[in-house]
Amino acid sequence: MANSKPKNQNKVGWLMALPASGLIFLFLIVPFLLAFWFSFTNQRLISPNPTEFVGWSNFSSLIGVGTLTVEPEKDAEGKTVIKPNGDIQYPRMRKFTRNNPDYEHLKGMREWFSFPLSNDRKWVVLARDKLFMKALVNTILFVLIVAPLQGAFALLLALMINQKLPGINIFRTIYFMPVVISIVVVSILWRFIYDGENGLLNAMLSFFSFGLFEPVDWLGNSSTALGSIMVMSIWQGVGFHMIIWLSGLQTISGSLYEAAALEGATRWQTFRYVTWPGLKNTAVLIMVVITMQAFALFAQVDVMTRGGPVDSTQTLVFQSVQRGYEKQDIAGGSAIAVVLFLIVLSISLIQRFLTRDRT
Amino acid sequence: MSIVEFKNVVKSYGKLTVVPNMNLKIPSGSFTVLVGPSGCCKSTLLRMIAGLETVTSGQITIGGDDVTHKEPAERGIAMVFQSYALYPHMTVEENIGFGMTLKKTPKAEKKKVVLEAAKILELDQLLDRRPKDLSGGQRQRVAIGRAIVRDPKVFLFDEPLSNLDALLRGQMRVEIAELHKKIGATMVYVTHDQVEAMTMADQIVVLRAGMIEQVGTPMDLYNTPTSPFVAGFIGSPKMNLVEGDFAKQNDCDVFGIRPEHVDLDETKGSWQGIMRYSENLGSDTISYVDVENMGTLTVRSEGSVIVASGQTVYLTPREQFIHKFRDDKRID
Repeated sequence: MANSKPKNQNKVGWLMALPASGLIFLFLIVPFLLAFWFSFTNQRLISPNPTEFVGWSNFSSLIGVGTLTVEPEKDAEGKTVIKPNGDIQYPRMRKFTRNNPDYEHLKGMREWFSFPLSNDRKWVVLARDKLFMKALVNTILFVLIVAPLQGAFALLLALMINQKLPGINIFRTIYFMPVVISIVVVSILWRFIYDGENGLLNAMLSFFSFGLFEPVDWLGNSSTALGSIMVMSIWQGVGFHMIIWLSGLQTISGSLYEAAALEGATRWQTFRYVTWPGLKNTAVLIMVVITMQAFALFAQVDVMTRGGPVDSTQTLVFQSVQRGYEKQDIAGGSAIAVVLFLIVLSISLIQRFLTRDRT
Repeated sequence: MSIVEFKNVVKSYGKLTVVPNMNLKIPSGSFTVLVGPSGCCKSTLLRMIAGLETVTSGQITIGGDDVTHKEPAERGIAMVFQSYALYPHMTVEENIGFGMTLKKTPKAEKKKVVLEAAKILELDQLLDRRPKDLSGGQRQRVAIGRAIVRDPKVFLFDEPLSNLDALLRGQMRVEIAELHKKIGATMVYVTHDQVEAMTMADQIVVLRAGMIEQVGTPMDLYNTPTSPFVAGFIGSPKMNLVEGDFAKQNDCDVFGIRPEHVDLDETKGSWQGIMRYSENLGSDTISYVDVENMGTLTVRSEGSVIVASGQTVYLTPREQFIHKFRDDKRID
């Protein structure tokens, strides 16, 4: 009898954890494992045909790339053909990628980008899935720009609101506000701000430049769309990371600052020798969290640009969702999800390795 | 010559005035201990010398210079904190040389100065360690080392021993006192522990509620406390302070006699009492005796004196060691 009570309590404990753990199992663990399985099959969202195991083909069609050096087209006299607009005429890519037994490895690929070489030749990189490659590059670009900027801005804000000034809590609230608002709502609001016709941003820029500024359709222009989404994403996420920095700042003992003041440390020296070393663990956490969040970029793109214009805001998660649900190609979507998982996993491992405690 | 001087210094936090009017001189080369119960503003005074707290009004001078509005680094002081304030990511060497790193002193010179200080404090074997790998006493010495290399006019210590265990505290007490002799600098030391004050100081400042109760050498304070507060604060075990009818019969408000100045006898004496409890410490016996009209008196006698609880005993005060106070002042 004496032993039955803890056992019973254990059962009750498991029972109480069941709703939450059941949901976690059903909606996190099961889909995670299914994604791995689907990525090796030809599973469709709805299809009468039985699912077949297809091995690595989903992955090879995603990440397959090839290169080719092409010579300019020559006319009958052996001279380079120049197009009416002055560009050099090159042979069409489909000559190599369709039914050409000499270039079997390029079959089905499309031109991704090219570099000019000497003698008017050019070096072409072809991708089996150009859209995925664009999404991959955009996502990596987004991470490379957003992660450091957002981390740095958040630290700056945290340093500013860590001062004991009257009314400082108002500023803390203001900076944290965007985090509380749903990202979908924020995205819709920013669509108005970025609007090309009568958006707030154009109006402000025009006002401050005394009308010299030419209005830009920020989200409708392939050269500004991704940048616009980056700015908005930094603004939205900065408050959350500010709070993490702030908690790190407040673990640094006040006497360390006083000791530095006694030694005559300047503000920069105080930051360099006291604040920053004291924030090392926080910095690791923030870099990991921001990197992961940035890789998961989806809602902003879905609401504001749907990947356009001209695929300039395609991202991995957006592609994954589009393929899986809109094109009903669950296998292809899962393959992208698996690739993303592997990228994030390896980056986290690298970050952990680089920031390990060396002492 | 006084090196640190408070002139009419007032400190307020908003409407709350914690130091009403402070005038104090700290002689050059002295070891001055500011002592008092918690909340008596001893740390605030120290931090005002350091420049870590502002002065509401009045003036503080160090070596004749008015430093009231100077930055902490420009005052020629060094401070040892209660928490040691060592930088966890720096080695002992980097911690001690931190000030010189900030001033961009050449490496060779820095190394020489740090090594010198480390030798004084017997830290020269530990220079590559980080604070987390040091014992409490070693951390304390690193903090002192950082103060030494600044070569200050005044050393400030803010309860530096309160985080150490009793044994180490006794040891560090001796080390700091020896350090004072060795380098001869002025030291201002804040503590709530009267034992530290008695053993280390050559000038003790007893504080209560932001005001000075008494300034003097340890023996001054022990022999001629000017108020019942000082009488009760200095000395261990505490002085017996008797109020009420008994004091009135002796023409005073408070009648004081130290436990070591009362003789205990089993057969005869001035006051009759009943032994409530006695503690034998080996060398001494501390007895608590209930005396009618006076309350419980503490008596300190030779360790050989052992009396059972409940037994009747007689106490005799030594006349020349009786302290009398009226209106919170000493009367002779």
